[in-house]
This record gives sequence, C-alpha cells and structure tokens, in this order.
Amino acid sequence: MLKIDNLHARVEGREILKGLSLTVNAGEVHAIMGPNGAGKSTLGNVLSGREGYEVTAGSVIYNGTNLLDLEPEERAAAGVFLAFQYPVEIPGVNNTYFLRAALNAQRKRRGEEELDSMRFLKLVREKLKVMQISDELLHRAVNEGFSGGEKKRNEIFQMAVLEPKLAILDETDSGLDIDALKQVAGGVNALRSPDRSFIVVTHYQRLLDYIEPDFVHVLAGGRIVESGDKSLAVKLEEQGYAWLADIHPDIARAELAGAKA
Amino acid sequence: MSEATALRTPLVESQIQAAAARPPGDEPAWLAQARSENLAAFTAGGLPDTRIEAWKYTALRALGQRRIGPVDVDAALRATVDSTGFVLPGVDGPRLVFVDGVFRADLSTAQDVAGLQVMPLSRALREQPESLRFALSRHYRERADAFAQLNAALGFDGVVVRVAPGAKLSSPLHMVFAGGTQAEAGSHLRVVVDVGAEAAVDVVEHHVAVGEASHLATLVTDIAVHDDARLGWLIVQDAGVAATLVRRTRAQLGARASATVHALELGGALVRHDLACDLAGQGAHLETRGVFVIGRRQHVDTQLSIRHGGRDTTSDALWRGVADGRARGVFRGAIVVAEGADGSDAALSNKNLLLSADAEIDTKPELEIYADEVKAAHGATIGQLDERALFYLRSRGIGLAQARSLLTLAFCRVALADISDERLREHLGELLDKRLPRMADA
Repeated sequence: MLKIDNLHARVEGREILKGLSLTVNAGEVHAIMGPNGAGKSTLGNVLSGREGYEVTAGSVIYNGTNLLDLEPEERAAAGVFLAFQYPVEIPGVNNTYFLRAALNAQRKRRGEEELDSMRFLKLVREKLKVMQISDELLHRAVNEGFSGGEKKRNEIFQMAVLEPKLAILDETDSGLDIDALKQVAGGVNALRSPDRSFIVVTHYQRLLDYIEPDFVHVLAGGRIVESGDKSLAVKLEEQGYAWLADIHPDIARAELAGAKA
Repeated sequence: MSEATALRTPLVESQIQAAAARPPGDEPAWLAQARSENLAAFTAGGLPDTRIEAWKYTALRALGQRRIGPVDVDAALRATVDSTGFVLPGVDGPRLVFVDGVFRADLSTAQDVAGLQVMPLSRALREQPESLRFALSRHYRERADAFAQLNAALGFDGVVVRVAPGAKLSSPLHMVFAGGTQAEAGSHLRVVVDVGAEAAVDVVEHHVAVGEASHLATLVTDIAVHDDARLGWLIVQDAGVAATLVRRTRAQLGARASATVHALELGGALVRHDLACDLAGQGAHLETRGVFVIGRRQHVDTQLSIRHGGRDTTSDALWRGVADGRARGVFRGAIVVAEGADGSDAALSNKNLLLSADAEIDTKPELEIYADEVKAAHGATIGQLDERALFYLRSRGIGLAQARSLLTLAFCRVALADISDERLREHLGELLDKRLPRMADA
C-alpha cells in the first residue's frame, strides 16, 4: 500500500528526514516512536502534503502512484488521512457542514455520487454511535472551543466518516487523560480492517496498550533505526532510547535523548 | 463672476439648480430656513476633500464633476418594480418602499400595530410638523458634513417611526430604498426614529437596486432609544453597481437602553456610512456588527464612532471586511469614553481580508478615554486567510478554491452570528456568499 524509500525532507532549510524507509501493507498498524525532534511529525506532514516541507530525495509510492506529486486534497481523495497533533479551530464553519463538504469533495474527485444531506446525516448517526461522540459537537464550529480531548475525538470521528485507506495519527495521544485515550483508541480499533492501514506516531508506549501495533519502529535522526514487534515499544518504555546509540554509533547520543529534552 | 462661483464644481452647480427647481411647498418657515442655510453652507464649502480627516481615504473629485439632477417624481411613481426582489425572510412587519427617493404607497404595506406609528415623513410633516422640528432644523456647519447639508437642503421625504412607551413589537419594520431607475438623479431621504421607554422594535434598512443607472442617494437617520428600550437595526446594503450612496446615522441611547446594529455592505460603487452612537444614559449597551464584501472598483467606507457618555455603559463592535478586484474598503472605528463615564466597557475588533493584490483596505481604530476605571479593547488587522486552516480543510479533501471560499464566508458570517432569526441569518449568509468571488477548483 505504502512504500517510502530513502526519504529526505527539509523544513526551513534544515534537513529533518534523512533517508527514511518504511513499507506498510494493507491492514497493518505501524507504530512510530522516537525522541523529540526525530522527525515524527515531519513524516505525517510530508505524507499529507503540507506546504513548507521540501522533499529533496527519495520516493513515496502509495498504491502505485507517486504520492508526492499530489495536492493535499488529491491525497485525501486517494484515501490518505492525517489526524493532526494540533487540530485547527475554524470559527464560523459548522462541523457537520465541513465534514459533508469534505466527504463530497472526495467522492466527486473519485467519480462517486455525492451524498445528499439525508444520506449524509444517516451516515453521521451511525458513526456517532461507534465513536461515542455527542451530537452537540456536530453543531459547533470546527474544533472551536473544543477541549483537547474533544479535538482528538473529532479527528477520529472525521476519520470514521471519511473512511481513509491510510490513516496517519500524529501524536493523537498527546494531552489526553486515560479515559480520553481509551475512547480515542476504541475509535481507532473500531476502524481497523484488512484493507485499512495505520501509521501511529507516538511519544509514549501507553497508547500502544490500547492500539496494538503489528510493527513498532524507532525514528531517530531522521530515519528508521530499529524495527520490531510490540515488544520493542515495551523495551523503549523501560530503557528509553539511549541504548540505541550503542548499536547505531552514527546517530548522536544527543539526538536520541531528544533534541528538545 | 465671483471667486466663489468660479470654484463651484458641476455637482454644486447642479444642486443649486435642483434646489431652485423645487416647487415651493407650504412648509413651515423653520424648515424653509433650514433648507436655505444648509444649501448655502453646501454651496460655500462644496464637497470635502481628502485633507479633511474624516474623508482622508474617500476621494470625491469624480463625484464633484458630475451633474446630479432632481428626481423625476412622476417617473419614479410609474417605475415598474418587482417587490418580490426585496422580501427578506422573517421581516414581516409594515413595509415602506421608496423608489429613487419617492414613496411608493402601492409597493408598501401598512399594518395596524398597537403602539407603532410609522409613516412617510412627507405625511408627518403635513400632520405634525412641530414634532420633527428638532430633527429637521439642524444646521450643519462642517465641510465634512456636506452630504448632510445636501440632504437637509433637498430632502422632501423619508420615514418617521414612533414606538409608544412599553410597546414590544415582534415583527420587524422594513424600510426599502430602491434606486437606479433614473440616471444621474439625486434622492435625499430622512429617517426619524423614536423608541419610547421600555419599548422594543426591530427595523431593517434595506438598500436595493431596481436599475443600473448611476445616481446619488443620501440618507440621514436620527434615532432616539429611550430608557430601558431596545432597538434592533439591520442594514442590508445591496445597492446597484453604479450607485453613490452616502448615509449618516446618529443614535442616542438612554439609561439601560440597548441597541444592536448589523450592517451588510455589499453593493454600490461609492458608498459611505457614518454611524455615530451616543451611549448617553447610565448602563446603556450597544452592539455593532458589520461586514463589507466588495470587488471590482467598489469603494465602501464605514465611519463608526461610539461615545460612552453615561456611567457603566458598554459597547461591543465586531466588523469584518473582504476586498477583491480593485476595490477599496475603509473602516474607522472611533471610541470616546467621556469624562465621568466611569465603569464603561468598550471592545472593538476589525478584521479584514484582501483577496487580490490590487484591492486595498484602510482601517483606523481610535480610542480616547477621559474617564477612570474603564475597560477598552481595540484591535484591527488586515491579512490573508489562515494557512493552517486552509491546509486542514485541504487535508480532508476540500479543494483549494473551495477551502478559500469556505473560510472567507466563515470570516464574514461571524458578523451575522447573533442574528436570532435563523432563516434571516441564513438568507443574509447566502447574500454574502453570492458576493464572494467564485474560485473554481481546477
């Protein structure tokens, strides 16, 4: 489904990704962990097409097409979804209206029939039940005045309605208390399916207690330096990242400790 | 030829002729005197130039070169007008319609509403002239007031609204000013509103185009909101593409009175609105919400001035502007907290969006405080759409052009958010939406 090969990317002239390679097959859940400043958020932003991220080398092939050639909205229509670490507040745009506009724009681009408001509302009601999100959230402006937990739940709710093929969760667990974390994880788990893949970017192993990954990768110094199963996450939680420096002397100890830490 | 005559612009000359052409009516002597004094002041001063602070961003040179004649009353009475064009949902009270400044009884709907007296000013002048003496005998002396002078000199009709003390009216009153059927004609209307103590009323001031002819229209409105009364005032300005529309609205609020003003500025070629509110009574409250959406070469200038005169008065102003094409928007928001108006609270926010490199917006917040223990917040910005919000929408599949439209509309609709009638709010939102430039997705 997704093949990232030797990806190099810069932000504001600084190289953040330095040869990242990753292959994600349909139905797989990949967790990406790593110290601060390793490039975790950059990966999500590059994959979803945010401006200001310059790819200098490497390739991203998604279902046979070069993902990097597509505009953000084209990537969305092709099934790529980014759950934002910091969802944006948009005053004056109603949540339901926004979601219907998004879904119909995607459907139109894919040559599918657009949903009228009746069919859309029916879809939304179904998803609300699954996501345990209050109806009231729908009538508010997008993310405006939402609590941290509500914003993250809203991201997952959008994902449920848009039904992407590849979902990238960018530190969706940050700032959540344990109950909100469980709700978010429950929403993600409800969406797991053989033809949907997830890249779960997280700083903490805690989320992976609730979203069980098939693979765990360590992103450090702009590339994947270690891959394993979920036991790798447990080891990281217990031992931190410093031990990786012994295996990868080319990565500075400071980077593994976390650039900002 | 005297020096003063040599300086007269074609506009001034044509207005002197228009005044002379008016048949002498049986008006009260004070009114005739007010007309001649204001005409003399206008003739002497002419139109203000951009060296006068209040007109700094609005040049009137081109207008000064035009010859504006009097309206042909018979033609205005005969003009075919489709009244379905100015129906607003939820605005179902009495309606008064003027076509190029001429009252059209046939298009208006009278209603017998307890506690409400509403009539054309021409009729009020015949039946009860003394009650209008204060409002209509004003002598404007400043050059900045040229259009008010013109209006006082040449205006012969308008609307008088009186709401009896304690009367709570549920249906909004609808004043329709339709223009554009006569080329280079000048229409000048007066509106006088008196809301009695503890009364409540909603009024819609609606400017519409019924023709594309270029013309000059002035409107001078005086509003008194007495103690504990409430006034809702909605301005929908959708004048024709060639209209020059200059308005001046003055409102005075008594103790604990409250007024809410909403203004949508959409139409017109050269448009100006001076909105001055005086919170004279203790505890008076004013909310103003406005938005302009302009394009082409439109020029829309709003001058808001709020004076906190009484103690514990509050005002909240939220204004938005969007300019595309080669349009120019001007907003001045001036708040004065007078000496002794302690405990006042004033907030003003003005945000603007430029959609094209050739558009221009000038915003000028002013704050003068002469009292103690006052809260005042003041902010004005001019910018482009939020890149983060744009990316967020695009990442969900919404194309760039649609994302821009959506955010621009949302930016404007903030000014309508507290219009309680949902159908009206939606309708006005659609009017805004239609004015926003269409950006097609590739």
